[in-house]
Amino acid sequence: MADYAYKRVTLFAGHYGSGKTNLAVNFALRLKEEGHPVKIADLDIVNPYFRTKDSAKRLQAAGIELISPAFANTNVDLPALPAQVYSLVERRDSFAVLDIGGDDRGAYALGRYRDQLLKEQDFEMVFVVNFYRPLTRSVDEAIDVMREIEGACGMPFTAIINNSNIGNDTTPQTVAATFDKAAELSEKTGLPVIFTSGTQRVLSGLSGENLFPLHLQEKYFDIKENEHGEGNF
Amino acid sequence: MSEKVLMKGNEAIAEAAIKAGCMHYFGYPITPQTEIAAYMAKRMPKIGGTFLQAESEVSAINMVYGVASAGYRVMTSSSSPGVSLKQEGISYIAGADLPALIVNVQRGGPGLGGIQPSQSDYFQATKGGGHGDYHLIVLAPASVQEMADLTVKAFDLADKYRMPAMLLADGTMGQMMEPVEIPEVEARAVDHSWAVRGTNCEREHNIVNSLYLKPEILEQTNFERFERYRQIEENECMYESFMMEDAEYCVVAFGIAARVSKNAVVAARKAGIKVGLIRPITLWPFPKKALAKAAQKVKGFLSVELSMGQMIEDVRLAIDCKKPVQLCNRTGGMIVTPEEVLSSIEKLAKENA
Repeated sequence: MADYAYKRVTLFAGHYGSGKTNLAVNFALRLKEEGHPVKIADLDIVNPYFRTKDSAKRLQAAGIELISPAFANTNVDLPALPAQVYSLVERRDSFAVLDIGGDDRGAYALGRYRDQLLKEQDFEMVFVVNFYRPLTRSVDEAIDVMREIEGACGMPFTAIINNSNIGNDTTPQTVAATFDKAAELSEKTGLPVIFTSGTQRVLSGLSGENLFPLHLQEKYFDIKENEHGEGNF
Repeated sequence: MSEKVLMKGNEAIAEAAIKAGCMHYFGYPITPQTEIAAYMAKRMPKIGGTFLQAESEVSAINMVYGVASAGYRVMTSSSSPGVSLKQEGISYIAGADLPALIVNVQRGGPGLGGIQPSQSDYFQATKGGGHGDYHLIVLAPASVQEMADLTVKAFDLADKYRMPAMLLADGTMGQMMEPVEIPEVEARAVDHSWAVRGTNCEREHNIVNSLYLKPEILEQTNFERFERYRQIEENECMYESFMMEDAEYCVVAFGIAARVSKNAVVAARKAGIKVGLIRPITLWPFPKKALAKAAQKVKGFLSVELSMGQMIEDVRLAIDCKKPVQLCNRTGGMIVTPEEVLSSIEKLAKENA
């Protein structure tokens, strides 16, 4: 986390399943730890399954206000955005972290706040990329996704976070193997790779200054001991 | 094998189907399986295949019926309420002896229910669902890797026995992300002499139909079909057996419930209870022999399900009710926790010491 200068508003967007929500939650927690007032908003109106609200307890314990769609995590998952998001954009009294829905479809919702954000000119629009996702395996595919999102929300990306991982099988080597792609993406788009993110376990095996450790929520269907039985399969 | 990537279960099904040579997909979006349709919408045009969002599930399954009649690999996918709508078409496909893949990423029911994971379509998948004497081959994956592998297997079995197969997953399996190697599939020679593909004026035309107005012939057709089913029950049962060597108690669970239960089995072993787990991978054919064998040495069974208790009936039938079978379940979109399964194992052990 070397000398990164936080913008007032940080937006996380990218191909769905790239880790936007985990990054947004951890980024907000980091801001708070460093003594900044911060609020986080869930603008994901596409995926009703995994979302910021899953981390509600952790955010609450840290004293971070969470703004999420009124019906999030209920079966009445209406794709409507709460009015408080406007206050977050317009009242500039705290840092804001925005978790944007996946792909271009998820980013349409952001268009609503575009004018205010562009006027304030104090935002970081982060492209989260995982080069192990099947539809962003190559730099050119990742750029296609970037352009689709920019077209949908009318906002330009300003930075890249390399969140490349293959879940529990991730090793420092799997992350390191994507550094060249991240550098090429940076060169072709002219945007800086501000962080490489991953779990503490993985990042401890990497050297470099701009590493961003993630604390992930444990799921109780994770097979902890990775054991397999026998049978005729 | 190809390199590992990080995929959602739903995406793994879609990509594996393409690798298996499925070039035709018909569906209609519904949570929690929409990513299958979304993935197909992106990929099919790039490889010259068909992606078609039908106006309804009924329409989609009849498009599957059409392509299956021509002998091409074809699939549809949906979630519980949508799969109910497909039942008429599924019965027709079974009655016309056609291979096809139907994917059900289950959610809570009945009715419109909810969008959270469930296993309460077990009866529908394994006992018919549509009308008439028929079966589907039903495969139940328990990891994103199996979502891919069993998709390929389902196509192969459907071709081999000329019948529809179903992949029965749930919302968790569809939405979770795990490392996966998409299998490379070798094209196999399949006999399509029955297919409706045009005769080139060189032979009599084929007829694909499920209408048999003469009862003697319909009965004979059903007898022949059930002879095939008997061979499948004999040859195609798949299951995983976990810590069963010295087990005194046996947990039976499939899909996501089996994953949760494995953690509970490991915890129970640490607490000194000799328990193992049998995970049916084919729900039809149900691994009856494996359970009957286990019944000879264990003191009791625990069926763990995300339903009000459906598979438990097949467990009791498989063991001829020789040992007590208890139920540990959540329903309506709730998932059992390892703690709940552990306390059910402890109760089973205490009551059947």
